[in-house]
Amino acid sequence: MNRISKRFESLRKQGRKALVPYVVSGDPAKGVTLPVMHALVESGADIIELGVPFSDPNAEGPVIQRAHERALAHGSSLRDALAQVKQFRETDTETPVLLMGYANPIERMGYETFIAAALDAGVDGVLTVDLPPEEAQEFNQHLSEAGIENIFLLAPTSSHERQKMVTSMAGGFIYYVSLKGVTGAGHLDVVSVQEHVDHIRSLTELPVCVGFGIKDGASARAVADLSDGAVVGSVLVNRMAELAESGEVDPLVYAKGVSALIAEMRQALDN
Amino acid sequence: MNEKIKVDFNHMPDARGHFGPYGGRFVSETLIYALDELEKIYRNLKDDPEFQAQFDYDLAHYVGRPSPLYLAERWTRETGGAQLYLKREDLNHTGAHKINNTIGQALLAKHTGKKRVIAETGAGQHGVATATVAARLGLECHVFMGEEDVHRQSLNVYRMKLLGATVIPVTSGSKTLKDAMNEAMRDWVTNVDNTFYIIGTCAGPHPYPKLVRNFQSVIGREARQQSLDQAGKLPDALVACVGGGSNAIGLFHPFLEDESVRMYGVEAGGFGVATGKHAAPLNDGIPGVLHGNRTYLMEDENGQIIETHSISAGLDYPGVGPEHAWLKDIGRVNYVAIDDDEAMDAFRRLTKVEGIMPALESSHAVAYAEKLARQMDPDQMIVVNLSGRGDKDILTVAEIDGITV
Repeated sequence: MNRISKRFESLRKQGRKALVPYVVSGDPAKGVTLPVMHALVESGADIIELGVPFSDPNAEGPVIQRAHERALAHGSSLRDALAQVKQFRETDTETPVLLMGYANPIERMGYETFIAAALDAGVDGVLTVDLPPEEAQEFNQHLSEAGIENIFLLAPTSSHERQKMVTSMAGGFIYYVSLKGVTGAGHLDVVSVQEHVDHIRSLTELPVCVGFGIKDGASARAVADLSDGAVVGSVLVNRMAELAESGEVDPLVYAKGVSALIAEMRQALDN
Repeated sequence: MNEKIKVDFNHMPDARGHFGPYGGRFVSETLIYALDELEKIYRNLKDDPEFQAQFDYDLAHYVGRPSPLYLAERWTRETGGAQLYLKREDLNHTGAHKINNTIGQALLAKHTGKKRVIAETGAGQHGVATATVAARLGLECHVFMGEEDVHRQSLNVYRMKLLGATVIPVTSGSKTLKDAMNEAMRDWVTNVDNTFYIIGTCAGPHPYPKLVRNFQSVIGREARQQSLDQAGKLPDALVACVGGGSNAIGLFHPFLEDESVRMYGVEAGGFGVATGKHAAPLNDGIPGVLHGNRTYLMEDENGQIIETHSISAGLDYPGVGPEHAWLKDIGRVNYVAIDDDEAMDAFRRLTKVEGIMPALESSHAVAYAEKLARQMDPDQMIVVNLSGRGDKDILTVAEIDGITV
């Protein structure tokens, strides 16, 4: 069984919700990502979502855009993200890791080369923001043959018909985008989230996690209560940005910075 | 053509917006519904006689169509070779072909009932054309423009402001057209309920490449009829500049089935294609995915989009409309490049010999047409799309001349 499914199964048995933090690979420097990934796990993350830097991340708000720019500034890219996961797997063989990014770096590498490298590194899932199901047939085929989950987004604007199509193709879990907007936006509508998540759950056995607009323990708890977990990105990346802007170079300071935030959310989810 | 199969150009793209392997709909899930909605509205209105009549009326009485097809006799004489005709899109209201498309999309916006329009712009021509139709229809208008372009096209920025639009300088990435398009997509995803996105070129997710092409095809339909009326024959060659490629596809499309008509799309060669500092993805790029479609792109070995260079802001874009990518692959259109210096020379020449000042974008087509004409016979005929007028570029040209205006 894929690590993602295993993790959700064990969470379900424990009656707990998944906490899924997002950071950008190589932000702000190559040596920072690995200690940050381990720190996220130690402070309570269940699944790590590692952003792959892209020059044109047009689904991201300003905070995550800047993180992509910081990573690209020193040449970090898809190859490095795969290398980070491989290194992470040397000491952590349990925590699921998924790569979140855009289609072009993967297309450039080639689907087969990418999937071979992802398998070798120990990647469990891939979320490609700009590859909706209609355009994902071929990639999906390759991924499923390799046993890597293809994580799809559903949005408040997705029709019931699309929800059906996406859930039939998706693996791992469904990532429900809580709002109409880019990452880091701030207008979470819990009632609307509930309606959509309930409907998605009626269509699939897959767990549903909710992301976009989760800012703290309270909002993480609010969406996790309605679903199987919360995805947290911009608030962590913002912490990285503050440290980067202050000129911090010690990776352990970054690790400590994100730990504090994740620990607070973990507590909010578990209490 | 490479292969002698009959291609039905009128049935491209397919139902999902693909031109062969290109085009499609590579956007995040949130936007799919807006694209579905746009597609449905366009499908219903496309063949609606009332809608078409309104579009034609606006083009005639507001834009000033048909635009003339002008035989540039002196330029032809000075160049030597084929007869050079200019399709005078520069004479349209607002000074470029861009208005053909914004009139059409604004009519679609009106049918959606959305009160706000957004646009991306490079040289500012599409921004001006959008601000213009927004003013006419009383719509709120926000135009995204790379910070770099805000500086080099300050006249158009001021024009947009006078027209009541808000110009938003984009400071992310390379601060040019591609980043303006990213920002417009971010805005759209956020305000999708009340906002219509007027894309300015034949790129982006389906159905944009198709509907922009169809609105711009008025250029080619007119030019085809005018050639028959004025010269008694079809042209031997068509020449148009290609950034995203909307003026070129507008001219080319109605001629695609006329096998005797050769076509040349002219990309921005910047400092020269060999230097890598250019904006010529069809000459020197590879297929990839950006801004909602698969097409030829300028990118590095990691699939990161690279910065482009052109003297002309309107051509300074790392991608190109997917239909052009396909027309290149099937060999129907030749894509060539003209560098900054050649375009500048052509700008000066056409201004001096014909009293027509071409936009720096269109100057690329003018420069290539001269090269082509010299290889052709005097009884042959070339139609050059003069897609815009050069007034907006006067400050750029003055700077090159070391003059402060």
